[in-house]
Amino acid sequence: MSGSYLLKRLLWALPTLFGVAVVVFVLLRVVPGDPIAMMTPPGARAEDIARLRHLYGLDTSIGRQFVTWLAQVARGDFGNSISLREHVATLVLGKLPATLELVLFAMLMACSLGVGLGLAAVYFRGRWPELAIDGFTGLSLAIPDFLWALLFVLLLGVMFPVLPISGRLDPGIAFEPRTGFYLLESLMAAKFATAGVLLQHLALPGGALALPLAASITRILKSSLLEVMNQDYVTLARVKGYSRARVLLRVALRNALIPALTLTGVQFTFLVGGTVLIEYIFAYPGIGNLAIGAVIQRDLPLIQGLILTFAVLFIFTNLIVDMSYALLNPKLRKA
Amino acid sequence: MKSGLRSALKRNPRVVFGSAVLLAMVALAVLAHWLAPHDPLEQDLINTLLPPAWLGGERGFLLGTDSLGRDILSRLIYGARVALTVAVVAALLAGLLGSVLGLLAGYFGGWADMLISRVVDIWMSFPAVLLSIVLAAVLGAGLHTVVIAIVVIDWTRFCRVVRSEVLVQREQDYVASAVTIGLSPAKILFGEVLPNVVPLLLTLFTLEMGIAIVVEAILSFVGLSVASGMATWGGMIAEGRQYVNQAWWLMVLPMLCVIVAVVGMNALGDGLRDVLDPVKAR
Repeated sequence: MSGSYLLKRLLWALPTLFGVAVVVFVLLRVVPGDPIAMMTPPGARAEDIARLRHLYGLDTSIGRQFVTWLAQVARGDFGNSISLREHVATLVLGKLPATLELVLFAMLMACSLGVGLGLAAVYFRGRWPELAIDGFTGLSLAIPDFLWALLFVLLLGVMFPVLPISGRLDPGIAFEPRTGFYLLESLMAAKFATAGVLLQHLALPGGALALPLAASITRILKSSLLEVMNQDYVTLARVKGYSRARVLLRVALRNALIPALTLTGVQFTFLVGGTVLIEYIFAYPGIGNLAIGAVIQRDLPLIQGLILTFAVLFIFTNLIVDMSYALLNPKLRKA
Repeated sequence: MKSGLRSALKRNPRVVFGSAVLLAMVALAVLAHWLAPHDPLEQDLINTLLPPAWLGGERGFLLGTDSLGRDILSRLIYGARVALTVAVVAALLAGLLGSVLGLLAGYFGGWADMLISRVVDIWMSFPAVLLSIVLAAVLGAGLHTVVIAIVVIDWTRFCRVVRSEVLVQREQDYVASAVTIGLSPAKILFGEVLPNVVPLLLTLFTLEMGIAIVVEAILSFVGLSVASGMATWGGMIAEGRQYVNQAWWLMVLPMLCVIVAVVGMNALGDGLRDVLDPVKAR
């Protein structure tokens, strides 16, 4: 893939990001609740309130506040969280790795489950496994991810308690991570017992996030595989004596993946957005959980920082999806 | 009549199932006052956390009671009213805003299209869940907030689909003829093009109702929908979650309601798409 294509895509992301920044800023300036009033005790003196207002820059004009804010953001300074009294950047960066691990785990799960089931449905076409897979995808798509999460909590956490339903790591485990990427770090340090515990905690939230995406991958891959299986080159491969499984894996899958990826691309970003509620339900210490707390506390700087972080995550997800089209489809590489 | 229904079922069971769910919801919402056996807010502190009647509860409380002794069945029925109101109002408004902008962008092209499409792109790079929660926090909890949040987020769905459909329609002969006989753009757009987009809009509208029901459930689950006393399915799920170890049905019953409602709306939307698509209907 050419570097200029990548550069062009990255440049396109800038106006979007700027638009997001404007909207976020405007949106949060019309909040009726006064954050300063919320953080001061009822009997606070007027000059103290004014001093705080000045401290957080809330006493200048909106345009000026925006310019100041944007300049700070460009330097990576998102200001101080009002409710947690810490740098927004520190807070967000501290929780981001947890969310990234969850998102990547869920995407991996969705892709492997989706591709596996899509292949199986075509391989077993007309027999009971196909029906079972169709039923499964229908059900997974019909039920929104937060209800899956609650169903998992009920079935696998409460009725048959096989998997943990809260947090990221058991409190009793001796593990002193240097970075926020617990899973990666424990794997690199060959602490497989710890990695196992981390994976157990990821299983249910990751599964709830992955199911709807996996189902739509399955469904779309199945229909594009069926289409490809009717092509002449597939017939030719069959005539040459390749087994059905081999044709499916070597010839059909490669050609069917492109439309499947194109059609499911947007849904990868849904998965990123889905983390907000899923982290809340599973008390998973990532930025989604942080976001709900920030909203309930009406913590403007933190909300702004988080939304921008999510927007960047969205844009990156889209970029990666677009780049993988280019990798899979030779026709697009030159464009 | 009977054979008509049977053939309709055979041809498109999804439309029949979806309409049945929709009709049931409308009936529950309209007749809630007469159908509910109890006042949904009436507390009975002697009979708290009763299981459903067939699991050993009281016959007076068919689906059991919650932690304050309120009748679950009655709360579910009143919850249908909230869900349906939000679904209809939000889907209508989102559809109106989105399709007007989509019609304009698709028909006029040029800078109008550039501007609208760019805004849609930016809009869609927000995580919808986060945006709806932020909006709810900004506007304060309440039903109007839920509706506004859904409209503000989901008008883009209508806009994108309508725009691309209009792009197709614009190239059709009937538009060229209308231009030739000198009809004004507004007349062509709303009198000629719009009717051809209506089947698509109907499908989108139904699917949007399903989405709105989920968003309402999510916002009331997080506690950002209506005031806490009022019965909403999402609020009941959140309450039930606290008692999931003692009384699983508290969480499961409202979840079932959401699932049936959403599956119904999706079935109706998908079914309508097939029925209204002239190519597929043949």
